[in-house]
Amino acid sequence: MNGPLPPPGRELGHYVSDIPFDPKAEPGGAYLGMGSASQFRLTWLKFRRHRLALISGVFLLVIYGSLLITEFLAPYRLDSRNLDFIYAPPQRVHLFHEGQWVGPFVYGQTMRLDLDQLRRVYSDDPQDIQKLRFFCRGEEYRFWKLLPADLHLFCPAEGGRLNLLGTDRLGRDVLSRILHGARISLTIGLLGTMVSFVLGIVIGGIAGYRGGWFDHAMQRMIEVIQSIPSIPLWMTLAAIIPMSWSPLLVYLGITVILGMLDWTGQARAVRSKLFALREEDYVLAAELMGAKTPRIIGRHLLPGVLSHLIASASLSVPAMILGETALTFLGLGLRPPVTSWGILLTEARGINIVALYPWLLWPMLPIILVILAFNFLGDGLRDAADPYH
Amino acid sequence: MDILPTAPRDLLRVEGLSVSFPLHRGELRAVDAASMRVLPGRITALVGESGSGKSMTGLTIMGLQPAHARVGGRVIFDRGEGAAVDLMTLPRDGRQIRAIRGGQIGMIFQEPMTSFSPLHTIGNQISEALRLHLPVSAAEARARCEVMLGRVGFPDPGRVYSMYPFELSGGMRQRAMIAMAVICGPSLLIADEPTTALDVTIQAQILALIRDLQQELGLGVLMITHDLGVVANIADEVVVMYHGRVVEAGATETIFRDPTHPYLRGLIAAVPGLGERGRTRLRPLREIPADGIRDLARMGLQHAAPRRAAGPSRALISLRDVTKTFLPRHQSWGLLAPKPVPMPAVDHVSLDILRGECLGLVGESGSGKSTLGKLLVRAIKPDRGSIILDDGPSVIDLAEASGAELATLRSRVQMIFQDPVSSLSPRMTVGNILSEPLDIHRRGSAAERRRLVAALLQAIGMGEGAATRFPHSFSGGQRQRIGIARALALAPEFIVCDEVVSALDVSVQAQILNLLKDLQRELNLTYLFISHDLAVVNYMADRIAVMWRGRLVEIAPRDIIMQAPIHPYTRSLLAAVPVPDPARRLDIAAARMPAEKAELLWPEAFREAPGAPAELQDMGQGHRVRMRTSCRASAIPRTGAAR
Repeated sequence: MNGPLPPPGRELGHYVSDIPFDPKAEPGGAYLGMGSASQFRLTWLKFRRHRLALISGVFLLVIYGSLLITEFLAPYRLDSRNLDFIYAPPQRVHLFHEGQWVGPFVYGQTMRLDLDQLRRVYSDDPQDIQKLRFFCRGEEYRFWKLLPADLHLFCPAEGGRLNLLGTDRLGRDVLSRILHGARISLTIGLLGTMVSFVLGIVIGGIAGYRGGWFDHAMQRMIEVIQSIPSIPLWMTLAAIIPMSWSPLLVYLGITVILGMLDWTGQARAVRSKLFALREEDYVLAAELMGAKTPRIIGRHLLPGVLSHLIASASLSVPAMILGETALTFLGLGLRPPVTSWGILLTEARGINIVALYPWLLWPMLPIILVILAFNFLGDGLRDAADPYH
Repeated sequence: MDILPTAPRDLLRVEGLSVSFPLHRGELRAVDAASMRVLPGRITALVGESGSGKSMTGLTIMGLQPAHARVGGRVIFDRGEGAAVDLMTLPRDGRQIRAIRGGQIGMIFQEPMTSFSPLHTIGNQISEALRLHLPVSAAEARARCEVMLGRVGFPDPGRVYSMYPFELSGGMRQRAMIAMAVICGPSLLIADEPTTALDVTIQAQILALIRDLQQELGLGVLMITHDLGVVANIADEVVVMYHGRVVEAGATETIFRDPTHPYLRGLIAAVPGLGERGRTRLRPLREIPADGIRDLARMGLQHAAPRRAAGPSRALISLRDVTKTFLPRHQSWGLLAPKPVPMPAVDHVSLDILRGECLGLVGESGSGKSTLGKLLVRAIKPDRGSIILDDGPSVIDLAEASGAELATLRSRVQMIFQDPVSSLSPRMTVGNILSEPLDIHRRGSAAERRRLVAALLQAIGMGEGAATRFPHSFSGGQRQRIGIARALALAPEFIVCDEVVSALDVSVQAQILNLLKDLQRELNLTYLFISHDLAVVNYMADRIAVMWRGRLVEIAPRDIIMQAPIHPYTRSLLAAVPVPDPARRLDIAAARMPAEKAELLWPEAFREAPGAPAELQDMGQGHRVRMRTSCRASAIPRTGAAR
């Protein structure tokens, strides 16, 4: 279809196409379907396309959901010990016994003290078949430390025992301790991030919109805080927490410490975003309407950066989890009987553990998985945060 | 002009070009079977509004379309000597296409700010372009670059060679860009909106430069633009695109003499012109009925009609000696650095804005017109001088107002912004955007606010359904209308319109201008209409003020400014406006002269010099011109129009 074209080099005639022209057709019709979609919805539509982030998000939702029913999921209580089985290795779940279907079961184990090597040697007893029970009555516990209950997702056979990830030096079930430790480790990340989030938004928001001396003072303060090596600083702050505090108070103290040291990055992000946004005409328009500073920050500026903030917050949760783990590992953070993943790893330090009882290193797996998931999620959120581009 | 090349050929022949993008469902056809050509040594203009696919056509010819685009059709590039190639068949990013791109086809873009790398000198980048394509030594490359820089109008090419892009103004950068595009001696130049970001006088210079180069080097040019004035002034042939398709094509004279397709006819009818023609009401492609505005008037947004009776009506706003200087950012470490001398953005401006009038304010970028607009809505405070708003029984000094006075001021004086994208909060629904001012000033109950929002939407030609939608779902023109409605919500009497149509397409521009006119008539509003486009100001304004380097140089009723301007700056502005009529082309010879040089040729009375105080002098009929106090106003001859 060479309608308007004459042969090469010849004079161009007057070509008029017969395409109809509808002056009523407004341009930009392609968007109309999404017209009343809020920013949240657009973000979701974009986020949904980021597979890895979506999977990570679902994974984290499941993990955090499981924190609500930890007691039900864990086969044992946090503090229940079995002195007959110290440093027992993980038991394998079998389905068939000598070629015959039995359903999930474990073999009972017998312990023999090897006096040459001075260690306990466990061996499966093929006659002792202990079938797993599901939705069963097992160890009694107090749900959320309030309701007495004894229902478990799965428990060992009557009179048997079940240590899928082995036991530690006091004969405690490692799996149950990981599940219980998740409560502390995962919430410390969220609480700490929330503290830093609020501090970051308030300080960064005022500094970014107002500028001037407040901004200068805050920038210098942030630089000072960021220039102090983090581990000695943690150690100092952790030393402030009195030894006499209850483990729960120590836990809160640690979250606040982590949050107070982490807000600097958040505040800088907010400040630099607001610096860019406050030049937008709609901010001037709001000023010309007579809007006051809190309204401009709250209604016009923050909604524009909130999605970015959530994304960056989700990236800072892993740092919090690692921070807690590191502090505790150094012996400065939480103390037993509170159990976190950091505590579990503290118990796993020492070369003989790695050599002889490697199953005590299992808490590393959930730490790695959760941190990876948060990073993927944060990545996806950051990409989706600005649906208008 | 009509000497055909010996062997008839097209330099560039685009046949049935299609570009489409896969979407969630179906596909978006950005360019749909478009055909066009460029003759050797001639200029073909590709005209269309935003979204018509004209820029995508240009990119695709160069093989620069986005990677996920699907393309079809043929693009035959023929430099003669029997070496025609179909650019579409060449491998993307292969050696052949790269040799042609930049070597035989040059390209210049709209945005002179971003098309140079900020980290390298101008000369470095131009000689890189040269040495990529031709085997020349560094010294030779430098020599050829300097010749070319001189050719595009730099008086001192050696110095420019080692300058960085940020040291050049937008127009100068565009010149350097052109030098880079033609340094390898291409036979085709693709220019994508090369003058859109520039002031009119600079635009005229660049157009003159492109014309000169085209004649001198025998360049074929594909000029992509939305500006019919530019087209009429420079093109030999015109191709009009609409929704990705070519709707009309022909020689420039034919197209403007006998526009046939309804779209092109509508487009031409929507362009405001200078002089008599500029006064008849424009016919936009989509007109907004004025009934909604009358409803708005009945809801109490109407102001008292100005007394048209004899005697001077009271000024709504009077400025006296208003000065505003922006200090460079304070550097605490710069104690040793020489202190830069700040230039006032607004320099002793005195001005009265009368009740019910539309005062046009024109000037080039950097003339201080936007700063003056911001001063008038108290977005910024003046350093010196007073701005008095006549508020019925009392008066408010804008410079000093605070507290309750400031709150009153906010509801009396509003602003409409240039950028329809940045002026609406993207996270709020249109309903919230429109009711927010009422919310802040605690006006009316929730139901009353909703009613007013509905009436405002009606007045700007939108249904109530728009209230629940977000700004991103509207086109630029629709967003601009929402911005207008927001400015009206508090029933202000005075509105500053800051370049309100410069980001819009011609067809939408006419609609917005008519809407503003209707609003002014029905609600008795007073406007300060800031624009760099004299044709638009001619259409809107009753009086026109001209600003130059922060100073008011001329102010007069519209017809006097348009037909008998006195100040040489006003004349140069008028002379540089491209009119969409091939019979009245720009004076190329006058446009060749850089503004700095032209200034030295002004009559002595208008030249600004230290020790030669100048002020606005009355010429009668409300016409005042800035000139040296040593000159008598009567000594200046009143001449006819510049054009």
